[in-house]
Amino acid sequence: MSISEILFYFLSVLALGSALMVVISRNPVHSVLWLIVTFFAISGHYIMMNAQFLGIVNLIVYAGAIMVLFLFVIMLMNLNAETEPKKNKWLRMAGIVAGGCLLLVLVAALKDADVKNSAVQLNSGNIGLIEQLGKTLFTEYVVPFEISSVLFLSAMVGTVVIGKKGD
Amino acid sequence: MYSTLLAFDWLFLIEKLVLIVGIISVSLGIAMYETWAERKVAAVMQDRRGPNRAGPFGLFQPLADGLKLFMKEEIIPNTSNKWLFVLGPCLAMLAAMMTSAVIPWGGKIDFFGREVNLQITDINIGILYIFAVVSMGIYGIMIGGWASNNKFSLMAALRGASQVISYELPMGLSLIALLLVTGSLKMSAIVGGQIDGVWNVVYQPLGFLIFLICAFAECNRTPFDLPEAENELNFGYHQEYSSMKLGFYLFAEYINMFISSAVMATLYFGGYDIPGVNDAQLTEKVGLNWMAFFQGAVLFGKIIAFILLFMWVRWTIPRFRYDQLMHLGWKRLVPLALLNMIITAAVILYQLKK
Repeated sequence: MSISEILFYFLSVLALGSALMVVISRNPVHSVLWLIVTFFAISGHYIMMNAQFLGIVNLIVYAGAIMVLFLFVIMLMNLNAETEPKKNKWLRMAGIVAGGCLLLVLVAALKDADVKNSAVQLNSGNIGLIEQLGKTLFTEYVVPFEISSVLFLSAMVGTVVIGKKGD
Repeated sequence: MYSTLLAFDWLFLIEKLVLIVGIISVSLGIAMYETWAERKVAAVMQDRRGPNRAGPFGLFQPLADGLKLFMKEEIIPNTSNKWLFVLGPCLAMLAAMMTSAVIPWGGKIDFFGREVNLQITDINIGILYIFAVVSMGIYGIMIGGWASNNKFSLMAALRGASQVISYELPMGLSLIALLLVTGSLKMSAIVGGQIDGVWNVVYQPLGFLIFLICAFAECNRTPFDLPEAENELNFGYHQEYSSMKLGFYLFAEYINMFISSAVMATLYFGGYDIPGVNDAQLTEKVGLNWMAFFQGAVLFGKIIAFILLFMWVRWTIPRFRYDQLMHLGWKRLVPLALLNMIITAAVILYQLKK
């Protein structure tokens, strides 16, 4: 086993374990913190696949900004394990069924995916590096890129409008 | 298995370890004497003497302070979440230390035939890395404030986090304009473009001003030290902390100040470029190692100048009110930074077309 393979298995265990802890934790704040750990592990995977830009942007946007807002909301709602309401039995069943369906879909989708021999693709390919990514985005995929940016802008404007309504 | 595990450049590992240990101890040492300098600067500005009992000129004062913090009783509130309560200061410290990994501290040195770069890692997304680590710094504040189980701490933590998030935006926008000028995200390339040439601050004066203001806000320094506004929030997010955990929070602030000074010197003021000297010629004259020493010394001179600016502002300008802070961030700095970015882009486009 090379160093990078050890890193790969470490990151995989970390990602899966912390993702499991997100679901299992009784305290919502702990769940969010475990989710942040999951994002870190996934960013590590991106970097192992030589997609540095994606990895670091994942950290900045998801772990750095969105999760902070999640934490804001949960901390202010003051949710504790003790005040957790009793859940409906049928709701629990529905959750299990829905989760099982998702698992089925994922397994069916990934069953035929071809497994690369190497777990790690460090230093191979350069599509994930910022220079190549920028060129690809702004030449080949410029229309979808601009459309998605307009979408974000309209979402932002919409948020402001909804926020202003109360005044 | 062992042979493959050991097939690894051990010299490389040792070199990086030495660099990491060196840079971390330097940042800790600087942060220590920043506390002393802060009190001395305050004393000079207020016509006092400042610390002068421990050692000559009070130079051992930081050691005495540290000893005091270590000796204090460690209090963990009964109702708090113990794990997170300890994790908070650790995260604050960790995030403060990690930024220094991508800053080039000088040129190359020649160590018995081995060329060593005075930079821990030169990744090609250097600036984005700094950004990511800075945004991690929020968690130290938020987790600490929440785990204290104190309303004042929680409010201060929320304030601090929303302030940091708000000021990250204009900071990023002003950086985009800088990146348009330099054409690279690599820290070494940004410094390389400024060596023996014009410093970036000449091209980006407005961008630098915005970056400076945002750096003050990100470090939670006066005039933006709202999270520690003691007349509204008692002691801020570290109210429940005592002993060295409190020390970590205070220390992290000083390390942040040092690192952000280093980042500003690197991005806008030529990094380790020696002003008025042709670096390549001087290298031939004095050799690689002395050159690296001079370059490091010049960089530290610039950093110390920035740190003094931080202190000067702290003891001169009163604290903003919270709505004024948000107003400045969102309604003044963001449009200014956007304007700066558009003008820079237009000028560069015009030059490309010509």
